[in-house]
Amino acid sequence: MKRHAKIDGPQTDRRLDGMAQGVLGQPLDRPDGPLKVTGRATYAAEVRLDRMVHGVLVRAPRVGTLNGFDTERVRGMAGVLAVLTEGLPRNSAQGAIAKSPPGNEGKAQYVGQPVALVVAETLEQATHAAWTLEVGIMPSIPVINPHAAPTEFPEKKQRDLGDLEAAMAEAAATLDETYHTPTLSSAPMEPHASIAEWDGERLTLHGAYQMLKFNRKQLAEALGIDPSAVRVLAPYVGGGFGSKLGISAEAVGAALAARMLGRPVSVVMHRRQVFEMTTRRSQTQQRIRLAADVDGHLLGIGHDALVSNLPGETFSEPVQQGTDFNYAAPNRKVVHEVARLNLIACGSVRAPGEAVGVTMFEVAMDEMAHRLNLDPVEFRLRNIPDHDPLDGKPFSSNMLAQALTEGAQRFGWRHQPPRSRREGEWWIGTGMSAAVRVNMLTESEARVTLTPEGRAKVETDMTDIGTGTYAILTQIAAEMLGLPVAQVETVLGDTDLPPASGSGGSFGAASSGSSVYLACLEIRSQIAARLGIAEEDLTLKDGHAIHANRTIPLSQILDAPITTEGHVEPGDSGKIARNATYGAHFAEVAVNDVTGETRVRRMLGTYACGRVLNVKTATSQCHGGLIWGIGMALTEELIHDPRDGHAVNRDLAEFHIPVNRDVPDLEVYLLPERDDWANPIQSKGIGELSICGAGASVINAIHAACGVRIRDLPATPDKVLAGLMQIES
Amino acid sequence: MNITLRVNGESHDLDLDPRVSLLDALRHHLHLTGTKKGCDHGQCGACTVLLNGRRINACLTLACMHDGDDITTIEGIGADGLTPLQQAFIEHDGFQCGYCTPGQICSAVGMAEELRQGWPSHVTDDLTADPELTRDEIAERMSGNLCRCSCYPGIVNAIRQSLGEQA
Repeated sequence: MKRHAKIDGPQTDRRLDGMAQGVLGQPLDRPDGPLKVTGRATYAAEVRLDRMVHGVLVRAPRVGTLNGFDTERVRGMAGVLAVLTEGLPRNSAQGAIAKSPPGNEGKAQYVGQPVALVVAETLEQATHAAWTLEVGIMPSIPVINPHAAPTEFPEKKQRDLGDLEAAMAEAAATLDETYHTPTLSSAPMEPHASIAEWDGERLTLHGAYQMLKFNRKQLAEALGIDPSAVRVLAPYVGGGFGSKLGISAEAVGAALAARMLGRPVSVVMHRRQVFEMTTRRSQTQQRIRLAADVDGHLLGIGHDALVSNLPGETFSEPVQQGTDFNYAAPNRKVVHEVARLNLIACGSVRAPGEAVGVTMFEVAMDEMAHRLNLDPVEFRLRNIPDHDPLDGKPFSSNMLAQALTEGAQRFGWRHQPPRSRREGEWWIGTGMSAAVRVNMLTESEARVTLTPEGRAKVETDMTDIGTGTYAILTQIAAEMLGLPVAQVETVLGDTDLPPASGSGGSFGAASSGSSVYLACLEIRSQIAARLGIAEEDLTLKDGHAIHANRTIPLSQILDAPITTEGHVEPGDSGKIARNATYGAHFAEVAVNDVTGETRVRRMLGTYACGRVLNVKTATSQCHGGLIWGIGMALTEELIHDPRDGHAVNRDLAEFHIPVNRDVPDLEVYLLPERDDWANPIQSKGIGELSICGAGASVINAIHAACGVRIRDLPATPDKVLAGLMQIES
Repeated sequence: MNITLRVNGESHDLDLDPRVSLLDALRHHLHLTGTKKGCDHGQCGACTVLLNGRRINACLTLACMHDGDDITTIEGIGADGLTPLQQAFIEHDGFQCGYCTPGQICSAVGMAEELRQGWPSHVTDDLTADPELTRDEIAERMSGNLCRCSCYPGIVNAIRQSLGEQA
């Protein structure tokens, strides 16, 4: 039996609050923990197959028309089995689309583009041969500078409400500043990897991917076969952060080579290839305009963004996604411009849009608070809208005020003028920012089986990329079916199982969680029917049904396992009400007056994400967002050579993600909330909210500490030092 | 080249291409895939193993340089039941995706021994006294092991708890 729900409005019954097991939301240890701490969790490249050989991808060294490869010489090298120069995609597929990624049409459109795959008996042979292969290219002049590039203005991303120019002209206080964020990279710890094996016409791909039902279709189209002939397995994925949403060259290459050779082929990207051949977060230029009256009420908001992508890619970093609804103002203008560049493809990186859009907007809000001589917390509190400022829709829930107030209180927030505190050669200051992130529900299915012995199994092609899916789906099923968590097994990452939302856009937990909830609701209904009672009157706990003072073990109710499926689909709910998550960030930094170095001394985040499914894994995700904020604010920048666009610092030695010592004590507080509009489990995304604006709290703290305002990220010592010298001269 | 590697107490005779790194020997030839490859350049620490008791990046050394050496990988830690350190990693959620975790744990084991022997670090104030098990000492000494999920708070707490209990 299948239980289906289309979410057209608020889900007010809040059934999960009435369950008896008491495990949902609890800080359950991850069920996958023992495998991960002993090295027994097997990631994509770790499947052991007979006769398996290794492929290594080859990059385009310059931009131009592909003009032949010296394949004959390389084919003669020891161990080399094949040199593939056809069929590889130009760049990774985007997330949540069923289409194959684009082909290269005989061109290298950016330096680092995958153009060939060399397969050999061993990794060492394949690596040597791949390095040897010469790529013939008739060079053309690449377009690198977004300001000198052809641009497009996607119609759906422009906004114009009221008259911003008039508001700017008449306002008591205004701000008109331009901000820049650099190219950023997901840089998951597990490089992109695929092992392909064919059984006749059927392909099995062991891949490191986030959204398997789409990956299967993308791969099938790239290979010209039916999706039903493709099985994708990804039980453990070593991080994704958007870079593993869509299939990349290593999956297509492994599948093509394995079909040609009749042997399993493993292709693992080298770390430097991960930076070039998967997707990046676009660099952005953001002009932000604010107009306010003397009391600090916003009259106008303008947010113009220039982003980039390769020609033909539909994705463009949705910088202003949060600007649509963050603060009230009658006059609003958004201009979204996309430059077509010969650089690494852009795609979703953790919280596409708000991660950089909210961050720079929240720096602008801090600047405006100073111009108004207002406490920045108070300035934000004065501008929280009571409905969607763009179209008047109600909010499904808006917890921004609570997040700001609770955060300020827990942090011990005290607004001080810049350069008020010094310890030795260090300036000390605190900064804050708001967090907003859109919330979504996407279609998801799951199967749940309950046995008379009181054991349950959850099955779905959902992935756990570190997000805690194994834990939370186990907890939802245990709560609904009244079982200790040890009695529930969750099986993920296999396209033979019911298709799930996949991991991305912070919708995974709520979407796949809702499908598990629905499947369990159906099981509860069947148990209730056997007892002759209404499902609402049934209590399940510790493997027993409890009703009218009777406690009956499941074994007396069921004579065979019950298997059900749950299927959730988004409906009108997201169209009627503005669904979003809210939070606030607070940071204390020390800025060295001599070197310009910034050290974060402590950080606190308060977040509202609806029902918390596991407070431990949710908190860990928030730590992740805060730390990504530290990286974005202080160190992360993928640098493109202005001559040919190649990513200069494409490895983990030179692209500086935060290390352990860069991270101070972090405090996270999750506000109690139920969002009935969101889905039947009243839960929303948390993995991305905590990066949306986190970096701004650090940038604003730098200003509070030493008076230097950084508008171009990251705030490296050279920029801070230049600001310090300007102040002191 | 013919070499003998002693891995987790067991001897393995291998005939390897001299280009095979110690990491690839473990992963591809001994099928010990608990040791991870994150960068293959000594930049991320995911491949940390213990070589004769000291932590090293297995990607930065060739297997043929280690004939007769004693290597401990994650598979050799807690093979007969989780160690307190591994248990603490689970309890403090010192990982999310888990890919850097074997390296973090091997690194922590090596670091504990360095601390015990009194090695100072960049944050040690008194170079002649025994370093204390502070938050900063752990964070500094574990900074060669990257975690993009950013589980550093959990990692520090897990190490602090398990080493604190031993002390």
